[in-house]
Amino acid sequence: MISNRPANTVLSHLVLALGVLIVAFPVYLTFVASTQTAEQIVQNVPMSLVPGNKMVDNYRLALFGGQTTSGGRIAPVAPMMLTSLVSALVIALGKIAISLLSAFAVVYFRFPGRSLVFWMIFVTLMLPVEVRIVPTYKVISDLGMLDTYAGLTVPLIASATATFLFRQFFLTVPDELVEAARIDGAGPLRFFKDVLVPLSSTSIAAIFVIQFIYGWNQYLWPLLVTTREDMYPVVMGIRRMISGGDAATEWNVVMATAVLAMIPPALVVILMQKWFVKGLVDSEK
Amino acid sequence: MGAIVFRRVEKIYGSGSRANKVIHGVDAEFADGEFIVIVGPSGCGKSTLLRMVAGLEEITSGEIEIGGRVVNRLEPAERDIAMVFQNYALYPHMSVYDNMAYGLKIKKLPKAEIDARVQRAVQILGLDGLIDRKPRQLSGGQRQRVAMGRAIVREPQVFLFDEPLSNLDAKLRSQTRLEIQKLHRALRVTSLFVTHDQVEAMTLAQRMIVMNAGRIEQIGSPETVYERPATSFVASFIGAPPMNLLHGYATTAGFELGGQVLPLPVPPPRTGNLLLGIRPEHMALDPGGAWAFHVDVVETLGAERLVYGQLAGAALTLRIDGTLPAPSPGDSLRLTVSARHLHWFDPASTQRVAVSHG
Repeated sequence: MISNRPANTVLSHLVLALGVLIVAFPVYLTFVASTQTAEQIVQNVPMSLVPGNKMVDNYRLALFGGQTTSGGRIAPVAPMMLTSLVSALVIALGKIAISLLSAFAVVYFRFPGRSLVFWMIFVTLMLPVEVRIVPTYKVISDLGMLDTYAGLTVPLIASATATFLFRQFFLTVPDELVEAARIDGAGPLRFFKDVLVPLSSTSIAAIFVIQFIYGWNQYLWPLLVTTREDMYPVVMGIRRMISGGDAATEWNVVMATAVLAMIPPALVVILMQKWFVKGLVDSEK
Repeated sequence: MGAIVFRRVEKIYGSGSRANKVIHGVDAEFADGEFIVIVGPSGCGKSTLLRMVAGLEEITSGEIEIGGRVVNRLEPAERDIAMVFQNYALYPHMSVYDNMAYGLKIKKLPKAEIDARVQRAVQILGLDGLIDRKPRQLSGGQRQRVAMGRAIVREPQVFLFDEPLSNLDAKLRSQTRLEIQKLHRALRVTSLFVTHDQVEAMTLAQRMIVMNAGRIEQIGSPETVYERPATSFVASFIGAPPMNLLHGYATTAGFELGGQVLPLPVPPPRTGNLLLGIRPEHMALDPGGAWAFHVDVVETLGAERLVYGQLAGAALTLRIDGTLPAPSPGDSLRLTVSARHLHWFDPASTQRVAVSHG
């Protein structure tokens, strides 16, 4: 709809600005807190909205660990970031690989129980991880996969959402393309590799973004299957820094860790966005 | 080499009580190098027949032979055919070159050979300078030519065309029609061309198959099909505007229609209920004519006029030269028809009833 009423423009900008404010303010607050000392945060009520001068110290402390001024010990976040990165990548890429292949099977092959298989995959969409978390834990623990990358990632790889999305995309690929490939002598896997995967590149990018963030933000599952500090992902690390009891929480370091934890997903979104848009602009089948 | 033989070919979708027979026993034989057009209305099974030759549809029963080899159980790629699709089916992410070379790469031909074949096709089709483009950067006509190029580089025994011109605009369509004809003259490859457009069928075919409801109505050269349609379906399907078909009763005195008896220039082949077919272009205005015609509507097309009206209560279309004075609605005119332009059909079997010209 195209209208030229200034009042509408003002109103819509106002709403957008409000939205940005609501989303951006907590992030700004986190950043500001990560540049001040622990004392500044706790003593100034309300806390100052002007960045302090401890940014480098706080981030160094968060990344590499060490003693705080109040004497507490901080675990290094850098290895946790690596753990998070590896799990998020394995989960995202694993989901894409498995989902592409299962969607390919469901759409392009006729086999007994095809629709049953599809509906079984579809039904699992209704069951969130939390519902099946205890039996899954039992399986992983019996297989001796606690405190391993396999334990962190494998149970999260199966994905009904991605399978469903790829299935929907494959259904829009014209049948003639399959037939042209058959006449050209391309077998099913060749067709998959040479035609289907390149055509799905934009969907793959979208799924990668979504699933990378999903993998990065895992909290509950790592909490169950990891017991060693060197297998903790960063999201868990944040939680562990917020100590209960009598020890003081180093809020400045917590906030620095939070900012660090935000950077990789943000980077993925920003970098993949280009791809996304490019794909959307010249998506023609 | 590229002869095609159909032997009692049938196609049934589904099974048991839901079986749906779409091809009812096709028998036909075509020589190497022939250009054959399969024409018929939508849903007559013409595309299914083509796809059975291509190997994209299973053959329920019967046999199809290409170049002396029964191909029923062969994969499409092993049948030595190439197909041009209605919507071209180019791989959208590949360049023009890769689209053409893809099949050859899979066949593991040497790179130099692939290059040479693609270059030759590019020359023939005038695609120079477009070789690195993606399909979406091409116009409809160019895409069409790339699709043909992809067929040419395979150097097959048989070309299969599935309504390849229906996505082009009218001007481009007639131009491409000519190009396909030229191409066929140059390459001399057996071609099977499916269309619902009778102009394409008439202009391209050396022999055409007219199909209706899964059956072959007639196989013959365009001239034969036009001049001696084998059934009343062919008579009404080929020719524009279609042949007038008059339901009446033939006697030795003439043709009884709507209570009148129309005198005939020759006696009918037999008496009884018959369909009389006369093409709109085969009647002439003649003040001394024996038939009275009442004009309803006149369409002026420039070179010719179409006159719609009634002959003894039955609808009749007449096509007259554009240079003749236009009749006006409401006029009563007299018509004559020559003996050799009368077609007779049996109303029950729809078959042509032969007449001995005397």
